[in-house]
Amino acid sequence: MPTLDHYLLLSAILFAIGTAGVFVRRNLITILLSIEIMLNAVNLTFVAFGRVLGSADGQIIVFFVMTVAAAEAAVGLAIVIALFRHRESLNPDMYRMLKW
Amino acid sequence: MLLLIALLPFLGFLVNASVGRRLSKTLSGGIACAALIASFVVAAVAVFRLLALAPEERVIEERIFSWITSGTFRADFTLLLDPLSAVMILVVTGIGSLIHVYSTAYMHEETSPEYARYFSYLNLFAAFMLLLVLGANFLVMFVGWEGVGLCSYLLIGFWFQKKSAADAGKKAFIVNRIGDFGFVLGVLLLWTAFGTIDFRAVAESVAGYAPEETFGRLSLITLLLFVGATGKSAQIPLYVWLPDAMEGPTPVSALIHAATMVTAGVYMIGRNAVLFSHAPETLTIVAVIGAATALMAGTIGLVQNDIKRVLAYSTVSQLGYMFLAMGVGAFGAGIFHLYTHAFFKALLFLGSGAVIHALGGEQDLRRMGGLKSQLPITYWTFLIGALAIAGVPGLAGFFSKDEILFRTFANGHQVLWIVGILTSLLTALYMFRLVFLAFHGVPRHPASATQHPTDATQHPAGAAEHPAGLHDAPPAMALALVVLAVGSILAGYIGLPHALGGSNRLEQFLAPSLEAHAAEGGHAANEGLELALMGVSTLVAAAGIGLAVFFFLRNRAAADQVAHRFAGVHRVLENKYYVDEIYDAAIVQPIRIVSEEGLWKRLDVRVIDGAVNGVAETVGGMGELLRRLQTGSVRAYAASVFVGVVCILGYYLWR
Amino acid sequence: MILFYLFAAVAVLASLLVIAQRNPIYSVLFLIASFGALSGLYVLLEAPFVAVIQIIVYAGAIMVLFLFVVMLLNAPHEDTEEDLERGVRLPSAGRVRVFGALLAIALVVELIWVVLASRRAPIAIAGEGVSSVRVIGRTLFTAYAFPFEVTSVLILVALVGSVVLARSKSGDGV
Repeated sequence: MPTLDHYLLLSAILFAIGTAGVFVRRNLITILLSIEIMLNAVNLTFVAFGRVLGSADGQIIVFFVMTVAAAEAAVGLAIVIALFRHRESLNPDMYRMLKW
Repeated sequence: MLLLIALLPFLGFLVNASVGRRLSKTLSGGIACAALIASFVVAAVAVFRLLALAPEERVIEERIFSWITSGTFRADFTLLLDPLSAVMILVVTGIGSLIHVYSTAYMHEETSPEYARYFSYLNLFAAFMLLLVLGANFLVMFVGWEGVGLCSYLLIGFWFQKKSAADAGKKAFIVNRIGDFGFVLGVLLLWTAFGTIDFRAVAESVAGYAPEETFGRLSLITLLLFVGATGKSAQIPLYVWLPDAMEGPTPVSALIHAATMVTAGVYMIGRNAVLFSHAPETLTIVAVIGAATALMAGTIGLVQNDIKRVLAYSTVSQLGYMFLAMGVGAFGAGIFHLYTHAFFKALLFLGSGAVIHALGGEQDLRRMGGLKSQLPITYWTFLIGALAIAGVPGLAGFFSKDEILFRTFANGHQVLWIVGILTSLLTALYMFRLVFLAFHGVPRHPASATQHPTDATQHPAGAAEHPAGLHDAPPAMALALVVLAVGSILAGYIGLPHALGGSNRLEQFLAPSLEAHAAEGGHAANEGLELALMGVSTLVAAAGIGLAVFFFLRNRAAADQVAHRFAGVHRVLENKYYVDEIYDAAIVQPIRIVSEEGLWKRLDVRVIDGAVNGVAETVGGMGELLRRLQTGSVRAYAASVFVGVVCILGYYLWR
Repeated sequence: MILFYLFAAVAVLASLLVIAQRNPIYSVLFLIASFGALSGLYVLLEAPFVAVIQIIVYAGAIMVLFLFVVMLLNAPHEDTEEDLERGVRLPSAGRVRVFGALLAIALVVELIWVVLASRRAPIAIAGEGVSSVRVIGRTLFTAYAFPFEVTSVLILVALVGSVVLARSKSGDGV
């Protein structure tokens, strides 16, 4: 039977994958997707712990995380659209206007 | 009611300071004079009330408001009227009123705003001076003390457009300040010693101790207080401001630098007679400095050519006498001389003012002469003043000066007595030199000789016009001169000593105030000695006048020859022993150099500015460095976030 | 147990593919697959509510949104080096990849360490999970009522924000 540690390890791996994705990819949308992966990994942790502790709190927090993720995705994509109109590119390195 | 005495001139000040410039000269002058005359009346009433009390109980104290209450320390704004302050307020208001009236004529050539400014300062001075002498504790006295210093500065530098006047005002204030520093230290020490700064409380506390044998705490306190007195009352070493103060209008010199402000130091010692008599070491110092100053100033006055300078050094010299008196324990005699000196010195100054006014601004004795016939009122009143100061018997100065000399001798300070006698000789000599050079002989001034108008070069008040001959003092001025002359004759009689049949009522009157130790006593037994010494003083005065007659009336050439023979000495005296130059080289320049080179250039510019600018530069520099973090690359930021996370996690895992 | 490993493997594989794809559309699709696997894991954890929400909200709404945007933007394939602006100094793709890989590996190592370092007995997934929607609902609307309301405000903000940010420059209308 899987133990808590299994789930936690799985979650850790997924989180790391998401991190790598954020860093490595040069496509803004893919970066956002990687963030979603990270969020999901965290969700998994919450549910696992909730199950172990026998409380509903884990699932409720997941509920909130999902809401926030949705909002974040919406706003993030809106920003991407706005940026795309500006430079016609989805490469984050193209957007260096905040450079000193 | 006591408050009213000081309040009336203060109100006069307020009026003249605020709306004075729009008032006519008559009105602003009138308000000022009225204020002070009213104050005189109130003072007289107060003194009458005081006299109605029995001698041991002659104290009227009025607490106006409670000023400082801090823990156990308490200092209230309290005014005190006792015999000593009674004498002082009458002198200040009485002679002050005369001088105010005199000023209305003397300053008449000023514009209306300037006229009002002058009178506002003069009233303010009177208010502060009255506060000084009516104060019941050191705090109130100090308010007055500083206030008169301020007014002195304002009045000396009244014609501030003239650089020498502005400088003189500054010099007076700064030198005074040095004295005041000592004074404040003294007061603070006094408080730590006694817990109070109320005069009567201190006197009561001190009375319980025996006089100090060596230089102890009381001596230190009194010495510091005396330092303040040397500043205010122009003694060695802080007298240097007084001759320069002659830049101010002559009535100012008469009031402030003859009759009132400079006497504040003497008054202060008199007020604290009990305290001082418990510190014999300090008293010795006071006496020595007083005598030395008297002699030194006398020698300088002998060769000065500016009429007002002679009188200035004379004032310093006479103040020296007063301090000599205080120093040998004859507190009453010192106050007596203060009182008579106020009369004749004010008279002399006002007389010289009349001369200057008549000559359209001339102040150099070498350009005067033969004015006796043209300015009769001025001449005769001036002569009376000169006789008084020289100590000719019968006039006020004789009694007071003689009392001092007698006490000096009788209390065992024979050396100081000799100094005093020498100074008497010099006093008569230089005084009559002044009289003869100014009023006798051949008229040397163009205005008096050819009776043509001259242009005024020294007196910024403007040239007066002299159609034919010189005009003597106008009524306002003449009135003051005559009253003061009468006073110079008669004022001394209330101090008529026992030896001559009087009962020295002044000293008796003052005794409860001064309550000094038995140093005062023992005079009754010595009437023979007193008479003998009086004889000596008279001889000396006569000798001085005789010498003056010889050198300056009969045989002017002889005077020049003597000056020629002792050219070196003459030069030293003429340059006032180079004291100003010495001070400048020894004190002023080093301070200036330290301030400018050291403090300003090194400390302020390099260190402080350096530190402040350095901080700014450091912050800026760090900003420069840190801004390189803003690469604008989102990935770099993300990378830094993640690396941070890894590091933090790693750190916690490590632990 | 087998189910766990099955779902886990799918999730990991799909995630890897998400970040490895060039074409963003494929990335989105693989992410959907990953979500599906996670959903299964939630069911295994006796949290059916979360599982269903995952599918509905995440896979159904958010990913669809992503797809819309990708297609709207006609997102090109990932840029190559030459397409970039001249004068922009970037680390080479290779170095970036290596760094990213290192970063991820470091993270994984640390996290695994965390898990393994706790010296306790492994906790079995046993016992009663809370699977009743009723219980979840009750807790949500009582203990977590305030955060719930706040999230509604959050959604409002996101709504307004995304509309404002994404509209065209002309300013009027959408």
